[in-house]
Amino acid sequence: MTDSKYFTTTKKGEIFELKAELNSDKKEKKKEAVKKVIASMTVGKDVSALFPDVVNCMQTDNLELKKLVYLYLMNYAKSQPDMAIMAVNTFVKDCEDPNPLIRALAVRTMGCIRVDKITEYLCEPLRKCLKDEDPYVRKTAAVCVAKLHDINAQLVEDQGFLDTLKDLISDSNPMVVANAVAALSEIAESHPSSNLLDLNPQSINKLLTALNECTEWGQIFILDCLANYTPKDDREAQSICERVTPRLSHANSAVVLSAVKVLMKFMEMLSKDLDYYSTLLKKLAPPLVTLLSAEPELQYVALRNINLIVQKRPEILKHEMKVFFVKYNDPIYVKLEKLDIMIRLASQANIAQVLAELKEYATEVDVDFVRKAVRAIGRCAIKVEQSAERCVSTLLDLIQTKVNYVVQEAIVVIKDIFRKYPNKYESVIATLCENLDSLDEPEARAAMIWIVGEYAERIDNADELLESFLEGFHDESTQVQLQLLTAIVKLFLKKPTETQELVQQVLSLATQDSDNPDLRDRGYIYWRLLSTDPVAAKEVVLAEKPLISEETDLIEPTLLDELICYIGTLASVYHKPPSAFVEGGRGVVHKSLPPRTASSESTESPEAAPTGAPSAEQADVIPPQGDLLGDLLNLDLGPPVSGPPLATTSVQMGPVDLLGGGLDSLMGDESEGITGTNFTAPPAAVPATLGAPMGSGLNDLFDLNSGVGSLSGSYVAPKAVWLPAMKAKGLEISGTFTRQVGSITMDLQLTNKALQAMTDFAIQFNRNSFGLAPAAPLQVHAPLSPNQTVEISLPLSSVGSVMKMEPLNNLQVAVKNNIDVFYFSTLYSLHILFVEDGKMDRQMFLATWKDIPNENEAQFQIRDCPLNSEAVSTKLQSSNIFTVARRTVEGQDMLYQSLKLTNGIWVLAELRVQPGNPSLTDLELSLKCRAPEVSQHVHQAYETILKN
Amino acid sequence: MIHSLFLINSSGDIFLEKHWKSVVSRSVCDYFFEAQERATEAENVPPVIPTPHHYLLSVYRHKIFFVAVIQTEVPPLFVIEFLHRVVDTFQDYFGVCSEPVIKDNVVVVYEVLEEMLDNGFPLATESNILKELIKPPTILRTVVNTITGSTNVGDQLPTGQLSVVPWRRTGVKYTNNEAYFDVIEEIDAIIDKSGSTITAEIQGVIDACVKLTGMPDLTLSFMNPRLLDDVSFHPCVRFKRWESERILSFIPPDGNFRLLSYHVSAQNLVAIPVYVKHNISFRDSSSLGRFEITVGPKQTMGKAIEGVIVTSQMPKGVLNMSLTPSQGVHTFDPVTKMLSWDVGKINPQKLPSLKGTMSLQAGASKPDENPTINLQFKIQQLAISGLKVNRLDMYGEKYKPFKGIKYMTKAGKFQVRT
Repeated sequence: MTDSKYFTTTKKGEIFELKAELNSDKKEKKKEAVKKVIASMTVGKDVSALFPDVVNCMQTDNLELKKLVYLYLMNYAKSQPDMAIMAVNTFVKDCEDPNPLIRALAVRTMGCIRVDKITEYLCEPLRKCLKDEDPYVRKTAAVCVAKLHDINAQLVEDQGFLDTLKDLISDSNPMVVANAVAALSEIAESHPSSNLLDLNPQSINKLLTALNECTEWGQIFILDCLANYTPKDDREAQSICERVTPRLSHANSAVVLSAVKVLMKFMEMLSKDLDYYSTLLKKLAPPLVTLLSAEPELQYVALRNINLIVQKRPEILKHEMKVFFVKYNDPIYVKLEKLDIMIRLASQANIAQVLAELKEYATEVDVDFVRKAVRAIGRCAIKVEQSAERCVSTLLDLIQTKVNYVVQEAIVVIKDIFRKYPNKYESVIATLCENLDSLDEPEARAAMIWIVGEYAERIDNADELLESFLEGFHDESTQVQLQLLTAIVKLFLKKPTETQELVQQVLSLATQDSDNPDLRDRGYIYWRLLSTDPVAAKEVVLAEKPLISEETDLIEPTLLDELICYIGTLASVYHKPPSAFVEGGRGVVHKSLPPRTASSESTESPEAAPTGAPSAEQADVIPPQGDLLGDLLNLDLGPPVSGPPLATTSVQMGPVDLLGGGLDSLMGDESEGITGTNFTAPPAAVPATLGAPMGSGLNDLFDLNSGVGSLSGSYVAPKAVWLPAMKAKGLEISGTFTRQVGSITMDLQLTNKALQAMTDFAIQFNRNSFGLAPAAPLQVHAPLSPNQTVEISLPLSSVGSVMKMEPLNNLQVAVKNNIDVFYFSTLYSLHILFVEDGKMDRQMFLATWKDIPNENEAQFQIRDCPLNSEAVSTKLQSSNIFTVARRTVEGQDMLYQSLKLTNGIWVLAELRVQPGNPSLTDLELSLKCRAPEVSQHVHQAYETILKN
Repeated sequence: MIHSLFLINSSGDIFLEKHWKSVVSRSVCDYFFEAQERATEAENVPPVIPTPHHYLLSVYRHKIFFVAVIQTEVPPLFVIEFLHRVVDTFQDYFGVCSEPVIKDNVVVVYEVLEEMLDNGFPLATESNILKELIKPPTILRTVVNTITGSTNVGDQLPTGQLSVVPWRRTGVKYTNNEAYFDVIEEIDAIIDKSGSTITAEIQGVIDACVKLTGMPDLTLSFMNPRLLDDVSFHPCVRFKRWESERILSFIPPDGNFRLLSYHVSAQNLVAIPVYVKHNISFRDSSSLGRFEITVGPKQTMGKAIEGVIVTSQMPKGVLNMSLTPSQGVHTFDPVTKMLSWDVGKINPQKLPSLKGTMSLQAGASKPDENPTINLQFKIQQLAISGLKVNRLDMYGEKYKPFKGIKYMTKAGKFQVRT
């Protein structure tokens, strides 16, 4: 007596047979028939033809039969909408049934019938059920609203169901609360703009209470909802954390991970000095470790999330390295993730253990895993400097095994180790060369060729080795060809006498016989370089390389912060923001970690002090605006300033002005950082020195950035009237600021609208935020006769006295002529202050970005800018905003840019461009700067540059 | 939320589909099949697979893939946890979870799935609530149903679903009131070539079988609760009480349930009850290799080690093995290269060993990888972590229940590298 009998009838008349049985008078036979129908349905057979007959069975007292018919209805109502109407009456009647189970069942089933006509009849019963006395019915009705919204969103809004749903958040029954939250969250997902779940301390309190009492699934919904809330200060954050922490001991791993998300997010607001902060850190480790003893599928998701957590807060799991050791029968997807986390946790303290494990893994069966393990050894060497030697010897051991793919991987990573620690491990080259013949993968061949070229002077038979590769040049992959070309050129530059023939050969192979444009172009560049100026060629090709660092495989800090907000979701599995892959990209709201708030306790913390304290002092020191004007009046306008005031003045001003003094102190540590790394980042400088002997033509090839930037000059705003004639006794001044080839000029247009000629012009600036001052006197050669206009370019310097202005870019100017002294003030766009050497090195950028505290980050939107990232880059570059790096994430381009102001303040920017999508023309700009005051002006500068 | 569920057997047939929202065409599973093909082994199919419009989350248990389809951003752990819960429920209902059993009970399966999710939101996943709603099939009930025409669908509102103790039904009655607790610990360990422990941790659980009348309120205390610093509780456990007094206080569900699971981390010293001495050598020139392993007790606190099974995946180059065990039986499958030796009980006076030769592929170089030895064993009456229950008290009811505690230590993932 099993259900398999329902599958046995497969003859042709099956449907007829079932039809007859469904219409039978006998209850039993009817039920059996419906069961057969359901069974056929579950295996995908089409039994929709029986619709009227099945619906006829619906009016029954037998609960099982009713449920079965409901199952059928849900499946087929869509294809038979007219017939489905027949069922409505029974539903409406069932919604009034005294048994709450039937009421709930009816409203639940009705919501599953995705037919528009039925939804109209659903509204009234649903409204009643939402207010039902029985919580079981209410919680079912709450979900029904979400179903209905999916079918007909407008109807739900018109009928006011959303408000009823919001009311249910305050329901007395925790399950009803949880379901209401779940329903609202699902609805909110399709309406990101709507403020459905607007949370306030009261509703948060309700949710936290319900959290303790509802089912595990309800807890997940509530926790995910809590994670979207931003507490108003650290006290509130802490109290929420305290109430969420018990969830870490839940048996359901999804509850645990959702709780981890809430804690990780709110922890951001807690001061690190707090005892509670370290307690919380300690509490987070055990549940994460426990997740790893679950089923492999759960482990996988947990590991992907732990990967993020380890990057954000390595201290949590730093002692738990061992739990990530790989078991040989772990599924491969678990193995690879564990390996990744092991490297992230590797430190000087545990490196010996890690290396021993990795070496063990390198002898496993699974080729993919073995390869990754070998790579991991290389990454350890780069990450933990003290271990480099041990890693290299481990790699050498592995090479000795002669297992082909192990050798190849080892050579690839040794190349990276050479990049990180040049001139240290060259003794191993001999061993590497022995394995030359066994290399058959392009990446390994390319790596080996790179090593031979790079260290050609120490390898006696380098020319022979490279020559051997040359024989099959055209059969090699592009990667190898390019590498071979470069290596032979390097060899030639190092040993020019013996290898002339070889280099000729490779150049002609690359330029004449190859159809690969990259290869040909690189060949030509080398060729010209070598023939024009071998010395320059040497400088270019053998230039010192920047060291690589382990950061290359880290997730960018902004993306990481965003992903931390998505712990436990698909986004965390893919390590991409939801906007990058969620269906239709329905304007997903970007989440960000809450900033650390400055409440009473945290102002005393050392972190907040540097930014907080000086500005507080400033308030007293800076004289109010009125006094400033008086200051200006007292200026001696007689002799025009003939040169920029000495830089020392700004030092004297130190305590008075914010930018020069207070911020200088902030800048101090940064500029140290910059000079420190300047030594390690020579390539930017190399093309510049090269430019002279090579002529400017090649210049572009090497560094487009500096070429374009210095030649064309930045955006110039149209002249605006600064001083109307009415206010200045007939003198009208209009003007604008420009920046060209490193100097700032103020382009003035003076018009005499008076009746008498004007003479004796002079100009003076008040002290201003960036120390702008005339670098030369204002020279109007002849008297300005009535109705005459002169154009004057006044060069400016930026080393004048500094005083913080409000707004920051305000410039107060006094102009004198034979008639009177006139005052006006004008705002300049900050981009005139962007200096030409504002391009930051990549590594430096990454380090600085991380180093600048998050509260200094400012977000802006630049609306309606239909440019692609190329155009944006070029445009910005001409105004000295340099694109340091660029990344494409699922149709979005992220540009990382840097700029430097004349006073040495660096501003780092992340610009999000969505070129693929013509409807999304808004750019998103995040700025990070140690002096956050400038951010909004930089944003304005961006706007002006991009929109013109 | 969860859109649909497909059950797929190991030969790649979809034998059941269930949709909680609109119907998703089963062609979506093609993406799954692709991934399955790439993965070569069923265990290696990635649990999250993106497709252009959906995401497929799958778990693999009892040789069946349970593939859930989702369309919007849903916490993947939520889905995977739920899928495991589905499997557990099937097992609970039908004793085993296999394709024939699911097919035999397809209507019950369908009804259960319908009760577990509503519009993709979990509705009732507690087995005792489900069982009240839909009675599990028994032979007797089937016979009775056919005669009387009654059904296996309950027509009462599952009362537990609304009470503050949703895990327990009301009106429970037993003539023999009994409460049994099993403390089961599994050792996960990796032992290296030389016999030293690389990592060892204990995954412990306390499974309970409580058959008590009425609404009993139990407290369970430990001799050494400090061992339990990383625990996951059944929802019935009062967390506050644990935090403050380190006492487990709870109103138990009726029947079998897992009261808590705990984890004793690698940082604590974990006693390793067995050792394996091994000598496996391949020689480059010869086509014969030597194989010898001996198993012996180490830190067993005087208890006997039973149910020892040694398995090892031999390298591909091993054609056959000719071995002699001092006790137990061994098998070697020349196709899968799996060596399995059922040792049984370890006699400390006469240690079991397995010796012999391996014949290797002639002419081939010696295998690159070393086989890893996998060990299974059981030790009765011992919780290797040292955890001990102090006492169990019952409040709220008058009768005297019969109480029992059992301890057991097992090997979890216990691996010895050679």
